[in-house]
Amino acid sequence: MTAVLQAQAVVSGYGEVEILHGVSLTLNEGEIVAVIGPNGAGKSTLLKAIFGLVPVHAGSVQLLGRDVTNLSPDRVVQAGMSFVPQTDNVFPTLTINENLEMGAFVRRDGLHDRLERVYGLFPDIASRRGERASRLSGGQRQMLALARSLMLDPQVLLLDEPSASLSPKMVDSIFDKIAEINQGGTAILLVEQNAREALSFSNRAYVLATGENRFEGEAKSILDSEEVGRLYLGA
Amino acid sequence: MTVMERVRAPFAGLRGENLITPLAFLFITALVILMPAERSGWDLGGVVSFLTFFATTVAIFSIFTLGLNVQWGYTGVFNFGIAGFFLVGSFTAAIFTKGAPPPPDPVTGRPYVEYIGGFGDELDFLPFLDSGEWLPFIVGTAAAALMCGLLALLLSIPTLRLREDYLAIATIGIAELLRNIALEEQGLVNGPRGLLGIPSPLSGLFEPADYKYIYLLIVVAVLILVYVAVERGIRSPWGRVLRALREDELATAASGKNVFAFKMQAFVFGAMIMGVGGSLYAYELRAISPEGFSHFFSTFLFWVMLIVGGSGNNRGAILGAYMVWGIWIISLQLQGYTPARPGPLGFAIPEILQGRIFFIRDFLIGTIIVIVLLLRPQGLLPEERRVSIWVERQARRRRGSSWKPGEGTESPPD
Amino acid sequence: MSMTVLDGRFTEALTRVRDRLAGRGDTVTGIGLWLLIAVLVVGSAAGSTQLFVVGVIVGSILALGALGLTLIYGVLKFGNFAHGDMMMMGAYIAFFFLTGQVARTSREDTQLPWSLDSLPHAVDGIGDLTFGYGLIIAALLAAAAMALLSIALDRLIYRRLRRRRSGIVIFAIASLGVAIAVRSLMFIIWGPDPRVYVSGIHRAQHYPFGVVLKTDQIFIFAVAVALAVLTYLLLFHTKLGKAMRAIADNPDLARVSGINTEQIIVWTWAVGGALVAVAGVLLAVQSQINPLLGFVLLLPLFAATILGGIGNPLGALAGAMVVGIAQEVSIEFFEPAYKPGVAFLILILILLVRPRGLLGAKI
Repeated sequence: MTAVLQAQAVVSGYGEVEILHGVSLTLNEGEIVAVIGPNGAGKSTLLKAIFGLVPVHAGSVQLLGRDVTNLSPDRVVQAGMSFVPQTDNVFPTLTINENLEMGAFVRRDGLHDRLERVYGLFPDIASRRGERASRLSGGQRQMLALARSLMLDPQVLLLDEPSASLSPKMVDSIFDKIAEINQGGTAILLVEQNAREALSFSNRAYVLATGENRFEGEAKSILDSEEVGRLYLGA
Repeated sequence: MTVMERVRAPFAGLRGENLITPLAFLFITALVILMPAERSGWDLGGVVSFLTFFATTVAIFSIFTLGLNVQWGYTGVFNFGIAGFFLVGSFTAAIFTKGAPPPPDPVTGRPYVEYIGGFGDELDFLPFLDSGEWLPFIVGTAAAALMCGLLALLLSIPTLRLREDYLAIATIGIAELLRNIALEEQGLVNGPRGLLGIPSPLSGLFEPADYKYIYLLIVVAVLILVYVAVERGIRSPWGRVLRALREDELATAASGKNVFAFKMQAFVFGAMIMGVGGSLYAYELRAISPEGFSHFFSTFLFWVMLIVGGSGNNRGAILGAYMVWGIWIISLQLQGYTPARPGPLGFAIPEILQGRIFFIRDFLIGTIIVIVLLLRPQGLLPEERRVSIWVERQARRRRGSSWKPGEGTESPPD
Repeated sequence: MSMTVLDGRFTEALTRVRDRLAGRGDTVTGIGLWLLIAVLVVGSAAGSTQLFVVGVIVGSILALGALGLTLIYGVLKFGNFAHGDMMMMGAYIAFFFLTGQVARTSREDTQLPWSLDSLPHAVDGIGDLTFGYGLIIAALLAAAAMALLSIALDRLIYRRLRRRRSGIVIFAIASLGVAIAVRSLMFIIWGPDPRVYVSGIHRAQHYPFGVVLKTDQIFIFAVAVALAVLTYLLLFHTKLGKAMRAIADNPDLARVSGINTEQIIVWTWAVGGALVAVAGVLLAVQSQINPLLGFVLLLPLFAATILGGIGNPLGALAGAMVVGIAQEVSIEFFEPAYKPGVAFLILILILLVRPRGLLGAKI
């Protein structure tokens, strides 16, 4: 199994506050890996550190064998990794089409083909492509955010709590879509509060707490593990 | 403690940046004293006279910066229309202290000067106590404060809920409008020619040569009163709400405080202080015209003073007034160094720059504010983190007397 | 405190009025606003045609300024208080390229050995215009210069403040500092006396309905409309423009999407700088070159921008026209000295009733 993404002993934080005290993880080709853990564990910070939004003070991040530690986000996107933030993840006054165009901003070529491919994956929003994104519901916005991140056909996709503030029905749709994207060949690293759901369709998982690795392993065994369940998964 | 903290601890008081303030203060003070001394041929009497005027103006401007500090430094009301309050305060004081306008020209029927008010002579209620020397001025200053307070009250209604940048342009607009009205309506304050012959408090009781020292004492006394009032206000429960407002308006509103009411009160209080400052300015200059209350001089300059000195800190407000007015005076002094009369080491401003000194000064002031915002936005005397007098007393009792008031401290733990 | 109770009841009443206004719906205020504007336009065009036309010309100049202002305000969320003075600086730089003159003392200028007006027929008016191709070249050079200056100021000042996530207030004060520095620089380099590109009296042409206009003024109107349309096309039909709007919506998301936001911001300042220079040159053609003129325009420019809706160039054009017409027509009722008061009233009204203006994004 080739590793497409590797984080090694990442130390990161905002300003003088250190949140991650040396976290490591590996994402292999075609995998879905979940990062779970209690609130304040640093899960979102880990994603942002990997993507270059939060400074990495020590340790390294490799994407497809290339060192991308602290690389600016636009370069990371060009290197083949996309990120979907948890909130405010669409441009409200831009149309759906324009939102997608922004996803492919760094490349000049083949916009039309990219759009058609993405609309194919997300038929719901294809029918409304001329409308402003502000008119979409919460679930549809999440779909649009996902669609935008796929415009450049990334090798690695980082998702920050994709199911947050969605209705249960939408949560299922989103997770189905994520699985579908993964079947297309994209490796996915997702942070989730909704641990059980995430573990049910991931390959492997890491459990983070207070900025450090706690457990890792096959998703099923983490789901079944009593210890993890008691400490971190809640009811 | 981390390693860094342990290394830094013994040097806590000696950080380089802590030296900036005393050094800058000494530098400006030295120039303010030495330049006029040297230019006048070491005429010490003249220099003392000069410095008295300087100090008087600094004190008056400090009153303005204290008012601005209440509005912005403590409450976060972004008032860019200080010129309006300055204008209203000065002219209100003038029309209450000046005598009635003289009758018009008997030949042409046109008035020499036109203005409303002119109650000065009528306010001499207690002639046996020389009330003409002090009563009109107390009335004038009180009227100035009241008018400015009223103006602030009226303005609050449409403007105080606006976002800061909108509030800024709105207050700029109001100040300009007031100035336009004063310039345009001849009968109001005599139009562009303005009001001359404004009397000064207690001036009749002293020799003209001695009066400037008396006036300085009067102004400093008022400054002390204002300073104490503002300090008390800020450390009161009312003041704590203001500062909480500035930190986090949403949280303060959520805790049930009527945000608008508090902002309005701070705005009005600050405006009244500015009115007092305006009145003292009128008594000092004795001649004011609406032309003189431009945005740059009567609004922006006070902002520079407050930011340089340290917004959110009353002593910073006074220090800022001193430093910026010091720079202003120094630039005026530079004019005296012509090639015909060079200073020490042959220092002279070449002819090509002579006519431009004031513009260079303005350029420097604009640049200084930008540099301060970039490099030291907290100003020379950073904001204090004090909570309230009661809390300080409690903390002092808990810690013993090793802790001195007047130092910034972290808010004591709950 | 009894004062608090008084304030409480007072503000309650105020809130009720405001809620009633807002509750009636955003559409209603929009329709109401357009209706008012229609009344103003039709009424003044019919009633005081000459003033109406002058208002349109003044509006055109305001529009040129507002275009740059609304672009920066929209993308960078920052009302640039130095905008008026930057317009004037553009006018002065064009003057410098055209005539090569800077002030030496208060009485005489220094002249560069060569300047654009040395070119053959450079100052001969084109057709009925007062200026020749010399000024056009000078204006283009000034546009480039102001673009560079704007980018430099952003690099030195505003970008640092952006990095620190400084609030609107810091930007406002910083831009006021830049304004006074720029204004002083104009005084230092060219002196306080007003200047013109072309001296002499220029006759105006007579048109039907008692309208008297100089050809220059028609030119200004045409340029204002053209640039408004071009800016609109830039923002809504080019990749660069869409990226600008994306940054206006959500700069963090723009970065995450792979947009090099700092580069787009540089382009925004470049376009803004070019617009500001053209606005300044045409202002000087209509009026004069004078260091104090920039600050005077600040209030009407902000009124026009906010009325039109921040970030929308067509809105800026419409808003500027309204402010211009309202100001000029107001002299039928008030003294000319109160024209700025009209802009102020419009500003306050819009901020209270419909802060998003005519065409701005729904807040």
